[in-house]
Amino acid sequence: MNKFIVEVEQAYVVFDSHQALIDINVQIPQNSFVAIVGPNGAGKSTFIKSLLGLVNLTSGTIKIDGRSPQEVSPGDIGYIPQVKTMDRTFPALAIELVITGLDYRWPWKRSHPNIDRAYEALQRVGAEHLANRQISKLSGGELQRVCLARTIAREPKLVMLDEPATGIDAIGETDMYNMLESYQTSSCATILMITHDWHAATHHADYVLLLNRKQISFGPPAEALSEDNLRLAFGHIGHSHRLKFLVK
Amino acid sequence: MQRALIAGVLVGFLASYYGVFVVQRGLSFLGSGLAHAAFGGVALGLLLNSEPLWIAVPFTTIIAIAIFWVKKRTNLGSDTAIGIFFSISMALGIIFLFLKTDYSSDAFTYLFGSIIAVTRTDIWSTVVITLITIIFIPLWKRWAYVSFDRELAETDHLPVDRDDYLLAILIAITIVVAIKVVGIVLIAAFLVIPAATARLVSSTFRQMTILSVIIGIFSALIGLIASYYLDVPSGATIILFQAILFFLGMLLKSLRFIIG
Ligand SMILES: Nc1ncnc2c1ncn2[C@@H]1O[C@H](COP(=O)(O)OP(=O)(O)O)[C@@H](O)[C@H]1O
Ligand SMILES: [Mg+2]
Repeated sequence: MNKFIVEVEQAYVVFDSHQALIDINVQIPQNSFVAIVGPNGAGKSTFIKSLLGLVNLTSGTIKIDGRSPQEVSPGDIGYIPQVKTMDRTFPALAIELVITGLDYRWPWKRSHPNIDRAYEALQRVGAEHLANRQISKLSGGELQRVCLARTIAREPKLVMLDEPATGIDAIGETDMYNMLESYQTSSCATILMITHDWHAATHHADYVLLLNRKQISFGPPAEALSEDNLRLAFGHIGHSHRLKFLVK
Repeated sequence: MQRALIAGVLVGFLASYYGVFVVQRGLSFLGSGLAHAAFGGVALGLLLNSEPLWIAVPFTTIIAIAIFWVKKRTNLGSDTAIGIFFSISMALGIIFLFLKTDYSSDAFTYLFGSIIAVTRTDIWSTVVITLITIIFIPLWKRWAYVSFDRELAETDHLPVDRDDYLLAILIAITIVVAIKVVGIVLIAAFLVIPAATARLVSSTFRQMTILSVIIGIFSALIGLIASYYLDVPSGATIILFQAILFFLGMLLKSLRFIIG
């Protein structure tokens, strides 16, 4: 077993001429809870997508559990995209969405070999009553829960969430952190979560990665989110936004 | 008439089956784009005095691949990519037809569809593509997953690009074989309306698929029979019948909404 579940070395991502990530170097220990914090456009989603193999690095290396993102088994990785980017018009029941987490395919029938495991996963997040509801009729928080069930159903070693707190209320948010933490403890998994909210990061995370295209800091929350670092991350982008505005 | 009914039922099945992916991925414009690409292929076939089908199938398939390729390699949206190839092939088609002096009657057959013009070759090619579609039915699970969320499917290591190209090619061929029955002008509707109607009243993607196929086959049959007895063009009759079903579906949905 590797001590570090995620190892990133000198990672750069360039889109056309835009440098989205510049020289990222992090080693994330197993069974830790990591918050990724930074302003809009800081490259947070790009960072997660490069760990998922959805975005290729322009240079540098990423190892997940010692392997490249393309080689790692999908069963070891759980990804919860931003709920607002999901297609709610797709005619689907919550339980079908959960089954995709086990099957890696859309289920044709509900009487599926994985159906029991899917119900069990919904139970673990307190959402079995949502199983036969259409996803178009779920609230943001409910859909988030169903996605969480979809993810933990496969018992991944690494769970990545993109702004999971967006679009759900405060109670839903607290519930979600509790469920994530209980999954982390029961399965020794590592959680990587993007958030705007550095208070939440301080509360729940063991480590914080503060990003603004460059890596501002990585470490325990109190260090990583020092006032200087926050100013560096959030002050700078305000400045460049103003500049962009003037140019336009 | 018998030949027309066979062609109608098979084409009704194909269009309404692939239509669910077209509608759910927001690719309605793809149907019209590829139909116009097919026009370029048909016109070239007419110009060369060969069976238009043999030219239109590869022509339209290449355009379909090109559309997906451009979309993937650039940051243009699919509507832009479709628009570009749509106009190129339409322009080519117009020039081909212009070069062929005795075009009028044939071209109309393709533009508006003519069930009497359905040949043995048309039937056989429709049968072949139907068989291929049935063989590929297990792919429904992957196409459906990608239609729901491309990123999730990609993180689960599905071959999403390869699946997309295959889907595009099969849709392109479906469009070409549907031309005689519905006509180039109305093919996009034929792809979209059954699936859109099914979506109105379905709570799962499986239900939507089954219902769409039933609507596709049923409306092709009724439309063909009606057009035969009323002596009006078959494609237009089928589409109007489908449109009636669509509005009935809307009505049903809003009634359900009002009642409870
Ligand atoms: N596929 C892409 N092509 C081009 N530019 C992209 C792409 N994805 C992201 N970007 C750009 O990279 C920057 C970082 O984006 P993102 O990672 O989504 O930021 P964040 O999630 O921190 O808000 C943004 O300026 C965005 O416009
Ligand atoms: Mg983001």
